[in-house]
Amino acid sequence: MSVELFLLPFLTGLGLAILLPVLGCYLRLRDEWLAALAYSHVAAAGALGALLAGIPPGLGGLGAAALAGAGRRLFARRLSGGAGDALLLLGGWAGAILLAANAPMAERLGHALFDGQLYFAGSEQLWPVAIGGIVALLVLRALAPRLLLARVYPDLFRLRGLPAWPIQAGFDLLAALCLALATMSLGVMGAFALVFIPPWLAFRRAANWRSGLRWAVAISLVAYVVAFALALWLDQPFGPVLAVLLVLAGLLVA
Amino acid sequence: MSLLLRTEQLVAGWQQPATQQLDLTVAAGEIVGLTGPNGVGKSTLLAAFAGRAKVFSGRIEQAAGLRVALQTQDVPPVVGLPLSGRELLALTGAAAVGLPAWLADRLDIRLDKLSGGQRHYLTLWAILQAPADLVLLDEPTNNLDVAGVAHLTEHLRDRAAAGAGLLVVSHDTAFVDAVCDRVIALGGNDVG
Repeated sequence: MSVELFLLPFLTGLGLAILLPVLGCYLRLRDEWLAALAYSHVAAAGALGALLAGIPPGLGGLGAAALAGAGRRLFARRLSGGAGDALLLLGGWAGAILLAANAPMAERLGHALFDGQLYFAGSEQLWPVAIGGIVALLVLRALAPRLLLARVYPDLFRLRGLPAWPIQAGFDLLAALCLALATMSLGVMGAFALVFIPPWLAFRRAANWRSGLRWAVAISLVAYVVAFALALWLDQPFGPVLAVLLVLAGLLVA
Repeated sequence: MSLLLRTEQLVAGWQQPATQQLDLTVAAGEIVGLTGPNGVGKSTLLAAFAGRAKVFSGRIEQAAGLRVALQTQDVPPVVGLPLSGRELLALTGAAAVGLPAWLADRLDIRLDKLSGGQRHYLTLWAILQAPADLVLLDEPTNNLDVAGVAHLTEHLRDRAAAGAGLLVVSHDTAFVDAVCDRVIALGGNDVG
């Protein structure tokens, strides 16, 4: 086993294992964790559609997820109670499966996107994750007080005349792009596992918001490193191994 | 005393008018009470002052650059959220100085681990102490025990003495009588 061979995949996943739980904390704060799963499915469908159109799949995934993130707010009033996210999820899933089933060249990529293809990640995945991850974390840090205030005291947020778009359309777009980036490497469910379970566990135990963020990242990193090593050792796909570990951790704590 | 808020024959509501006509003024340093039976539109009026409910007729005038803080009867959604009292106060810019002793030493505990009364007082305090010229309070004594009401009464006076105007909606007549400089009783005919 060559260390160099697995260094880039490991670093790519490591970046996502830091970014996704932080993003997940804010999605959970807003009761929008289902949106993460929806964005991943839409990104998968976009990547497959792009492949058939002769466009790089990564760009297609990012583009489709960005459209979903930006457009989600337009239908927020009519599709309340999570209905919008459920429709996005089902639409993305159906589109991805149909594209993969009817185009032989898309079938392999479809499997990779749903199962995860972290071990094939190279510098073309690592750099977008590294740069995009740092930018996303900085943006989240800047938005954090407003995201929290808008959730806990929506009236005070409005009375202070603070612009709503950065924490609505801006946050949706950011979340969609992060999930699309993650889906290209970790797969749909691997990305969702990191965005959902560490924040869920951290929210149960943490004494305050800052420690919640730290707990979420710590749980995510431990699960990621163990899953990476275990999947290699047992010659298993990474995404399901990560999900199993996090589910077990969740059951243990719950 | 400078005038912060003034209404003339104001009728407010949501899809349809829900209040009777109201003439009202609140000046800096003044505490005005708003009382009346259920359904008369007290909370709707506060929502209209905060720009949330619709004005059907009449007018609302606010001092230029007025900073308004509004406490509603909705409980902030903090259950299940790892948010400490200290972080809550930092969010609104409220100071912890002046908190009662039974809360001051519990600021580092997450809000959903506090008792209902403690959580209510802290979420109320975060609004009361937020930087604002006019503070609108909707049933602030809900869930408070005698010590909490006494501390709130004292603090509202201090807040007014520091120059803020306060408009208090409450069913608690003893509290309103004790704390308010003027009380406006809304009529009992429900138009909503």
